[in-house]
Amino acid sequence: MYNFTYHRAGSVDAAAAKLAESGDAKLLAGGMTLLPTMKQRLAQPSDLIDLNEIAGLNGITVAGGTVTIGAMTRHADVAASAEVKQAIPALAKLAGLIGDPAVRNRGTIGGSIANNDPAADYPAAVVGLGATVVTNKREIAGDDFFTGMFETALDDGEIVTAVRFPVPQKAAYFKFPNPASRYAVVGVMVAKTAGGIRVAVTGAGPCVFRQPDMERALSGNFSADALSGISQKADGLNEDIHASAEYRASLVVVGAKRAVAEIA
Amino acid sequence: MTGFGDFLREFGDSMTVKVTTTVNGKPVSGDVEPNTLLVHFVRENLGLTGTHVGCDTSQCGACTVHFDGRPIKACTILAVQAEGHQVVTIEGIGQPGNLHPMQAAFQENHGLQCGFCTPGMIMAGIGIAERNKGATLSEETIRAELEGNICRCTGYHNIVKSIAAGARDM
Repeated sequence: MYNFTYHRAGSVDAAAAKLAESGDAKLLAGGMTLLPTMKQRLAQPSDLIDLNEIAGLNGITVAGGTVTIGAMTRHADVAASAEVKQAIPALAKLAGLIGDPAVRNRGTIGGSIANNDPAADYPAAVVGLGATVVTNKREIAGDDFFTGMFETALDDGEIVTAVRFPVPQKAAYFKFPNPASRYAVVGVMVAKTAGGIRVAVTGAGPCVFRQPDMERALSGNFSADALSGISQKADGLNEDIHASAEYRASLVVVGAKRAVAEIA
Repeated sequence: MTGFGDFLREFGDSMTVKVTTTVNGKPVSGDVEPNTLLVHFVRENLGLTGTHVGCDTSQCGACTVHFDGRPIKACTILAVQAEGHQVVTIEGIGQPGNLHPMQAAFQENHGLQCGFCTPGMIMAGIGIAERNKGATLSEETIRAELEGNICRCTGYHNIVKSIAAGARDM
């Protein structure tokens, strides 16, 4: 790992100011992606701004039909939360499927969505459940947050502070994990919400996306059978040693059907 | 922790600083660079070589330690991040003649072959037992929760037996 200047931030404002002032600075949340990337010398930040000791970024509250998760909340805490399990069981399940137990004890929701790895799980929850991303500057609709591979709507000096999930009527998450890395080869979140049906797919493409054909079909008939005539185009999907684009396309349909079958 | 203005702690890339933390219940300190990993601090500064580096890529779990009571991979956290936190290594859970129940279970059940992954397996195994306290710990659960610990000898069968036995005795 190349060396860097270390800053342990005491507040979000101090971290944001440092981030804006240092050109190649990175925020250190759980570090489960950033530190391995730096060890491989694929990233060389001049400064690391550690968010781990900032009070108030950590925690889960469920109130008024909304689950609010602080940006530095660990995956293990979301997975084990009795309140999350009760309000949005699919979200607790998704958190418990990330990485392995030691990784879940460090990794954070804010770090996961700010990094926007194409195979990360949380983007499927943020988009599939119609969540709102709260930053130190504004609120960003989940649909507008993920803009491309490893790209988000975050501006320079902008820091995720929390994610707000509206409690859906029903939701289920299907995941086909890579057996070694546990990243999603394909993950599909299906949710029946007050605003309609949402189907969000991670792992398959360069960035999480909604599947409008499936959403339309499920709006008329919320059953796995409603998806029988629907196919996912393989064009533009990810292709690597783990799965071809065609295989991923097939998994999107299978995954959506299984998720729907779980809650229909 | 105050006295650093807006920042609780800052130091530059060519500097070494003294890090003070608690390892196995005792206050310890040592000079590290910003990019020193916790596992290297534990092994090289403190001489606690029971924590192993198997892969250095967060895959294998040989470096598993407890951080504020929870298993984490010591190769994927900076030493400086341990300041103000509690770290427990394999040396901190038991000694020869006074083994932790999980260590004793690995000995009883021959839960090791070459032994390289064993410290991480035991630290992860304690985490599995604690997370599932009060529930029946099935073989399936143990196998699923061991996904972050790799035994290159592939001796999982007895490792799973050991963790089941150790959890019963804890």
